[in-house]
Amino acid sequence: MKKLKHSILLFLIMMIFWILFTSTDIQELIIGVITSLIIVSMMNKLQPVLGDVKLNPKSIIYSIIYIFVFLKELIKSNVDVALRVINPKLPINPGIVKVKTKLKSPLGRAILANSITLTPGTLTVEMKEEYFYIHWIDVTSENIEGATKSIVSNFEKYLEVIFG
Amino acid sequence: MANIIYNIAGMISLVAIVLTFIRMILGPTVADRAVALDGMTIIAISLIVFIAYSFNRIIYLDVAIVYALISFVGIVAIARYLERGI
Amino acid sequence: MELTGAIITLIGSLFLFLGALGIFRMPDVYNRMQAGTKATTLGTILFLFGISIGHLECGCFGKISILILFVIFTNPVSSNALARASHYVGIKLTDKTVKDDLKKDNIENKGEKI
Repeated sequence: MKKLKHSILLFLIMMIFWILFTSTDIQELIIGVITSLIIVSMMNKLQPVLGDVKLNPKSIIYSIIYIFVFLKELIKSNVDVALRVINPKLPINPGIVKVKTKLKSPLGRAILANSITLTPGTLTVEMKEEYFYIHWIDVTSENIEGATKSIVSNFEKYLEVIFG
Repeated sequence: MANIIYNIAGMISLVAIVLTFIRMILGPTVADRAVALDGMTIIAISLIVFIAYSFNRIIYLDVAIVYALISFVGIVAIARYLERGI
Repeated sequence: MELTGAIITLIGSLFLFLGALGIFRMPDVYNRMQAGTKATTLGTILFLFGISIGHLECGCFGKISILILFVIFTNPVSSNALARASHYVGIKLTDKTVKDDLKKDNIENKGEKI
């Protein structure tokens, strides 16, 4: 069941990329379907990472909300970094802190780590099972709970619904 | 009017490439140079797309996509090499 | 429409410039990586988007969106790999650093390699 879902999602993603690359001409579509089927059948021995995605209406709505939350954080982080760089005194207060995540699926953890890297003042340095080590440009709380609350929990509540 | 603004944007990106290049020459460690190289390739991708549109050669967009792929693989290879040798 | 695209491109190039300035000014590898990753990602997205909506008539929005998606997904991954490698080699953090949990944990369980 998990493998079937993984294969269908992989096929859909590859078809979307093929259409973006070429066009919706009928000959090119046939070539794309054949190529995608061959690649999916070659890939079915790997770990089914896409099988963790839940496909119900609530998770789809949450993923659309997640994209907007992510874009908002991305713009905020850029303005933050720009202000720090322009300032002649260079106001930084860096350190590496440890946070804990509740997510179980590997794909969810990877997306969480990427989102942390692109949000204000944080950069994922190392992942060990459920602990992330994060380089923080302006350390405000030094224990695990405070850092988890201010870095991770903003994204986690959406990713928990999407990946379970 | 719009053309002038596009050209100014291209010039600002060129200045950005020069800044990262200075860091690549100065950088005290190998990791500094790799970070500067990473930034340089990403700015270079934007410049390739800019050139593709301003010279009206749309085929250069494929060059930009391949360059993005190769720069990603190159940076990951440098990181692997730093970590424990390839 | 063309003017809107030009202004978005100009803002994107300003972000690219600030990212490069951050790479130039920051004191150590990790802070350089912060500026380099974030500012260049949004700068590239805005630059490519502005150019593509300024020249709508050529109809190659698909390739530009592939490029934007590719930059969003690969840029954090490569900087994460680089940060991990430079901490593994033991490149020092700057003097302003407040704390370093990863080093402490590595010293505590020294037997197992990360």
